[in-house]
Amino acid sequence: MTEQTSEINQHIQGAALVEDTSSPILRLTGRAVLVGVVITLLLAPMSLSGYGLFLLSLWAVTTIAVQGLNLTMGYAGKISLAQASFMGIGAYTSTLLIQGAGMNFWLGLVIATLVCTAIGALIGFPALRVQGHYLAFVTLGFNELVILVLRNEDWLTGGPLGILDIARPSIFGFSLFEPARFYYFCMVMLALVSLAMWYMIRSPWGRAFKALRDNPFRAESLGLSTTTYTLLAFAIGSGLAGIAGAMLAPLVEFIDPQSFGLQRSLIFLLMVMVGGRGTLAGPFIGVFFVILLPEWLRFTEEYYLIIFSIFVILLIIFFPQGVAGIGPYLQKRFSGDQKNEAS
Amino acid sequence: MAIFFQLLIAGIATGAIYALIAVGFALLWQTSGTINFAQGEFVMAPGFIILGLMAFLKIGLIPAFIITVLITAFFFGYLFKRLLVEPLIEYGDFPLVIATIGLGILLKEGTKLVAGANALSFPEVIPDQILRFAGLRVSTADLAVLAIAVLIIIALQLFLNRSFVGRSMQATAQNANVARILGINVDRMILNTFLINAVLVTVGALLITPAYLAKFSNGETLGLLAFMAAIVGGFNQVRGALFGGFLIGVLENLGAFYISSSYRTAFPIILLILVIVFKPEGLFGRSEERRI
Repeated sequence: MTEQTSEINQHIQGAALVEDTSSPILRLTGRAVLVGVVITLLLAPMSLSGYGLFLLSLWAVTTIAVQGLNLTMGYAGKISLAQASFMGIGAYTSTLLIQGAGMNFWLGLVIATLVCTAIGALIGFPALRVQGHYLAFVTLGFNELVILVLRNEDWLTGGPLGILDIARPSIFGFSLFEPARFYYFCMVMLALVSLAMWYMIRSPWGRAFKALRDNPFRAESLGLSTTTYTLLAFAIGSGLAGIAGAMLAPLVEFIDPQSFGLQRSLIFLLMVMVGGRGTLAGPFIGVFFVILLPEWLRFTEEYYLIIFSIFVILLIIFFPQGVAGIGPYLQKRFSGDQKNEAS
Repeated sequence: MAIFFQLLIAGIATGAIYALIAVGFALLWQTSGTINFAQGEFVMAPGFIILGLMAFLKIGLIPAFIITVLITAFFFGYLFKRLLVEPLIEYGDFPLVIATIGLGILLKEGTKLVAGANALSFPEVIPDQILRFAGLRVSTADLAVLAIAVLIIIALQLFLNRSFVGRSMQATAQNANVARILGINVDRMILNTFLINAVLVTVGALLITPAYLAKFSNGETLGLLAFMAAIVGGFNQVRGALFGGFLIGVLENLGAFYISSSYRTAFPIILLILVIVFKPEGLFGRSEERRI
């Protein structure tokens, strides 16, 4: 048994290049950057306008959804092009429950998350039978189906125009109407989700996901139930999109089907890739590139998507590991690290 | 019953266009393992190139189409293979999937930037008239589309099955290593499939854009329909993709009329999901060893 576990571990170490083989210097730099970013984010409301805070909140919410996709795709290796639709399901479910049925915000958020988790597990079933591009197309089709329902069932979803005037909630009797307050709410949620993700990746579950990605046959023969973990990866990944959706609706204050379309799912996928799939920092970086960077560079969205897609293509050609993989890549390049060469 | 046959003919006509696009998609997959997520944009863009040439060079539809074939053969055939597929294909299909997704977004947003977000009207090859015979009302545009698409398909089949180059391409698709041993220039054959795909998407654009209008976002729907046709029919067979195209076209038209027109695209998607879950090799495909 111990031998088996160590074998799995060995296998995983070889694959998770970014986390397990970084030098102490790189790790220290990583920690310094992390502390710097957290302090900046905590102090941001002091110097930023409402719009700046809105963007940072949007970054936080999107990062939660992309962390979910990173779990499904980056760690468990199951490609999904339906993440935006799960965000949509979360946003519509919570909004309908809270605005329509007068439910408490937290209850709405929890139910939305559970709904997404359940549907996510269902979407995991095809993943038991097919892999790779087939799975990509099933999930793509699912995303399109969700959009069709959102667009056509006017009586429930408001049709193509969506739902307007979504109120910001009060939590524990504390109104989140102010941008700065909603911003801190988003940051707390992001921190909680990230901690949970960090914990899970280090838990046996996390190892199981990675084993599933790197060598499913071997994982199965070592006694892992690939069925359970495939469904779990989809369920948790989609659940996170549900949380993000339930937060997105009050943040943007309106929702429409278009925001959760195919293009959005494709961009989520690119975010995971650009940040570095299967790394904890990946989603933060990937979402930063799409949501925050264009604002700083003063690009309009149309121009930026063009530049971003060219960037993605070049990145894929030169660094198949993503941005977070550049550090270890350079290190490997210049120090001739034997361990990396071997794996 | 007359309505049913009218819908059937219209469905077969649109299905023929989907079949063209799906066959190109399947050919790329078979010879080079490329899953082209930009296939829909490859159909959207030539529509705009044709319109642009007609407007700036003041030429007719057919000359503009011929020039466009040359342009797409160079960009979507040659350059696509050399710059994107060749460097990435050795890393498996995943990086290439990401790269073609990026390429699709690039083409889509680029078109929006250059040509704007409005739908532009597109000339028909044959002016649309309604023919009546035996109680049926059939559009001449549908018949023309069907005739052109079927001719292209027959020509392609003859080329693949009868000509030396075509058979070499099939050999490459079946087993590149053996083909190489037999002295076939595999790289050249792969390039041929990319060129054929470029021609097919351009013909597809010529035939489908009058109905869809030239719009930057057409690629999303068209790409999805082509994927569905290829997978439903069977990825690894040209005739699978052909059959899938017709099936999707007919299903879409019948479903839209008899069940719900707002759920038009839902029927093929449901069929797609059923096929993938229960018969992943496609209705007409041969089963393949599972790849992970």
